[in-house]
Amino acid sequence: MSEHFPSNTGSAIVTNLVSIIVANREYLSEVDGAIGDGDHGINMAKGFSRCGKTLEGRELSLAEALDELTLALMEGIGGSMGPLYGSLFIGMADEVRGRDSIDGATFARLLRGGLTSLQDISDAGVGDKCLMDTLIPAVEAFEQAQASGATFREALHRMKSAASQGRDSTRDLVAKIGRASRLGERSLGVLDAGAVSCCLILTNLAESVEARLVA
Amino acid sequence: MNRVINDADLVVEDMLAGILLAHPELVQYESNPRVIRKRTSSPAGQVGIVTGGGSGHEPAFLGYVGPGLVDAVAVGEIFSSPTAKSFFDAFRAADQGAGVACLYGNYAGDNMNVKLAMKMAASKAMNIRTVVANDDVASAPPAEIAKRRGVAGEIFMWKIGGAAAAQGYDLDGVIRVAQKAVDHCRSIGVGLTPCTIPAVGKPNFQIADGLMELGIGHHGEPGIEVVPVESAAAMAERMLAPILADRDFTQDQSVVVLVSGLGATPVMELYIFYAEVERQLRAKGLRTHRCYVGNYFTSLEMMGVTLTLLGLDAELSRLIDQPCRSIGMTQSE
Repeated sequence: MSEHFPSNTGSAIVTNLVSIIVANREYLSEVDGAIGDGDHGINMAKGFSRCGKTLEGRELSLAEALDELTLALMEGIGGSMGPLYGSLFIGMADEVRGRDSIDGATFARLLRGGLTSLQDISDAGVGDKCLMDTLIPAVEAFEQAQASGATFREALHRMKSAASQGRDSTRDLVAKIGRASRLGERSLGVLDAGAVSCCLILTNLAESVEARLVA
Repeated sequence: MNRVINDADLVVEDMLAGILLAHPELVQYESNPRVIRKRTSSPAGQVGIVTGGGSGHEPAFLGYVGPGLVDAVAVGEIFSSPTAKSFFDAFRAADQGAGVACLYGNYAGDNMNVKLAMKMAASKAMNIRTVVANDDVASAPPAEIAKRRGVAGEIFMWKIGGAAAAQGYDLDGVIRVAQKAVDHCRSIGVGLTPCTIPAVGKPNFQIADGLMELGIGHHGEPGIEVVPVESAAAMAERMLAPILADRDFTQDQSVVVLVSGLGATPVMELYIFYAEVERQLRAKGLRTHRCYVGNYFTSLEMMGVTLTLLGLDAELSRLIDQPCRSIGMTQSE
């Protein structure tokens, strides 16, 4: 059997996501403060830690744990990030519902499902200086690695590096959507907070999965 | 940052506690502390009016819940859209069987959360329609009017929509007049100092001493020009010009003027500014039917003022004069 990970590790995987966002609360707000409201870290940490509490002491599948995260974001934080990340995680969950183990091909569908669900409520794309600059290249990198016969582990590595490159690309972009778009040229030279948080999430997810891979 | 708060992370929760204690005519909806409704519901068969938005703009949004205005409001974090769940619960709180008009401002977060809330409502076979206010002339050129933000003109949309609902208009009718109020309305703001979200602790934009920013948004979104602070008369002229250039108000019977402080402006200065506005409107041959001067739609402790004009036809004129009662606006017969 090809590399895969058991789906009953959902609570641990999502708890790691909670930890990485909470640990970066101040950093995300600082990045956001340069061209936004400065509350990205505060709101994200609020929503993610709400999910952390509901996961405590429970052994959930990946789909169930992602559902809890979606609920915490959709009901716990509003703004733009609640519906955006909520849509991403519900789209991911829908692709792995009822599965015992998740291989590379399934994980590719999880990523694509999350992106498609997000695109359902947002028209943003690469170049808009937003989380899509991280997410779209990361999803495509994983899919391409898969298609070219790379191992699950190798595909995760390529996804991580595409995510970081995507995040860094926002430094040289002029914001086209969201509150920063009002700044025009003045938004140049700083990272987009959503692209940064998305990179933290994808990187952490890749590392959690990699640590649980079995042949 | 000197503020009158307990915990910077809980300012919205703590404010809501005070609102409910001070105003027994308002209540929380079921188990959702972020939805506030009238204690006495509108009669069965009346169209429900819902709005919602980020906190920090008080008395907007929750201060416009009351007879002749809004039935239920979704409350967000400071400068951040309410959740989709809260909009959905507000729909449920306001629904008296004749459908719900969700009248809100054009911001990315609100658009997404309302869209998701409408999906939830559709699955319960509820009839929800929306009007999105985009009255801020400084936020996009006329060719991109759909991108404009909603600001203080939202109050006219609620007033007109709420009056129409109370008069027995059906949902189509309420939506039509609320949209007409938006179409007949233009606003612009000027900011003289920045504002600080308590949990952030420092302003996220700067306005240098002695300067002011024309066209600044309700969350400090950059305006169209930064100029030295000038007299109230010159400010009135500078703010009226883009409003009058954007829409022909001479085609209307008369106009309604709304002058709102942004939070830190002395009310005295709002009246100094208003006198200049009315004088200049009169000089241009525009008749003022009614005016509202005060802190109607604020941005925390920003110093500055917003100016909104609403052009009236016979229907809008009749509806704007209807009675209403709320924290933010009360008028008798």
